[in-house]
Amino acid sequence: MPKRSIVPFGPQHPVLPEPVHLDLVMEDEKVIEAIPSIGYVHRGLESLVQKKDFNEMVYVTERICGICSFMHGMGYCSAVEQIMDVQVPRRAEYLRTIWAEMSRLHSHLLWLGLLADAFGFEALFMQSWRLREKILDMFEISTGGRVIFSVNKIGGVLKDMPADMLSSFVSILNDMERDLRETTQIFMDDYTVKSRLVGVGILTEEDAIRRGAVGPMMRASGIEVDMRKTGYAAYNDLDFQIITSKDCDSFARCQVRIGEIFQSIELIRQAVAKIPDTEISVPVKGFPKGEAYVRFEQPRGEAFYYVRANGSKFLDRMRVRTPTFANLPALSQILQGCQYGDVPLLILTIDPCISCTER
Amino acid sequence: MPQFLGFAKTVMKNLFSKPVTTSYPAEPKVYPERSRGHVEINIADCIMCGMCMRSCPPGAIEVKRNENTWSINRFDCVQCGYCVEKCPKKCLSIVPGYQTPDSKKYVDTVTKPVVEQPAAAKPAAAPAAKPAATAKSADAETKAVAEAAKPVAAETKPAAEAAPKAAE
Repeated sequence: MPKRSIVPFGPQHPVLPEPVHLDLVMEDEKVIEAIPSIGYVHRGLESLVQKKDFNEMVYVTERICGICSFMHGMGYCSAVEQIMDVQVPRRAEYLRTIWAEMSRLHSHLLWLGLLADAFGFEALFMQSWRLREKILDMFEISTGGRVIFSVNKIGGVLKDMPADMLSSFVSILNDMERDLRETTQIFMDDYTVKSRLVGVGILTEEDAIRRGAVGPMMRASGIEVDMRKTGYAAYNDLDFQIITSKDCDSFARCQVRIGEIFQSIELIRQAVAKIPDTEISVPVKGFPKGEAYVRFEQPRGEAFYYVRANGSKFLDRMRVRTPTFANLPALSQILQGCQYGDVPLLILTIDPCISCTER
Repeated sequence: MPQFLGFAKTVMKNLFSKPVTTSYPAEPKVYPERSRGHVEINIADCIMCGMCMRSCPPGAIEVKRNENTWSINRFDCVQCGYCVEKCPKKCLSIVPGYQTPDSKKYVDTVTKPVVEQPAAAKPAAAPAAKPAATAKSADAETKAVAEAAKPVAAETKPAAEAAPKAAE
């Protein structure tokens, strides 16, 4: 039996934007086992419910993650709205959907850039982030922030998007779609990209279920799971198909995410066409009492919010299960048996968000 | 061959197109209208209720009713806009322009100008001018009246004066 050694990977590593540590049990250049450990950026945001009232918590939950910040705020608000039995105006739900899909676009473009950077394709990284910049500008125009949007509130949204703004966004997205086809074509067709992604990091359908993977990880293993199909916000009015792939490898994950980029653009178009002209928020009186959970689809996969309220202005408990947390067991599965050189790439294919995971 | 053509097209495009980035700071950044840069107060309309102070998630705002001051630690402020939403008189607004970095944190303080109640006017006509806000000296009174006459100056001037005090 060859000699085994343990190589520590992270928490500081050029490929990792955020700190996660892995103990890699190696046999020569082959990874036998990978043991992830987290705890480097824990901020205790869940326990802040005892110090910040339930309205202020909207702004705290937004800061759980810098990429899906909008969806965290939206998930928390819908959980509290469920407890308080608040019917959010339809326009607010459409606006939330549009912003959520814009978040997905910007997250997936960020991921594509990081992936390109991980396999050393610097120009492709720049191109992906160039396109992402336009989405951030659209966020700044519509919400006032580029990363933290602060437009959600319990009972609706704070800012409206007038019709001319929505139509200008659609025309920007139409132009962007052309550029996107060009850039994503490279991911799909390029020989160098394929040589790094095809057949690397296989997560079979069975393993994906057993390890409880979520989001694009799950869909790239051929399983049709998408929380948007449960019809929260305005998704029940929109027409879309779940994008899956049967290949189960890193290339399939890339394919699924690229498919979702175009799907998001299409969903924004549909939402803009169908958006009703109603109020954007309803006044909310009193304090929440009871408990609720919501499941919704973030760019990285399914997120889960559990909120328990006791009738005072402070909540009893808030629990967030973020997609990266659910994908870590799948990560340790795909790392088994891979080459050492593929480890950074495979960590990226789960689209890790460690700040989310640790909250 | 088609691959080469695509490559040549990209090269030509990149050689002759304008850069995507702007040449900041030579070309200043134009913020959109809704950009959440910093919180501003129209102190003349403020009723010193303290709603902004109580709602501020990071606790950056302090309202001193007895001193008639509204102060904000801009380094703690997270530009969430919750104070603007909560303000009952809508005298707070969030406007473009970010806080510039500094070597030490300071607090911006705005003093509410004391408006002298005209003897002829009805007491209800000027609810903002409270009897508690009587000036300590005749000198201060005249200054306050002068400040009230030009609210724009009143907003900035006391802030500059009060900043060193807060630092102490």
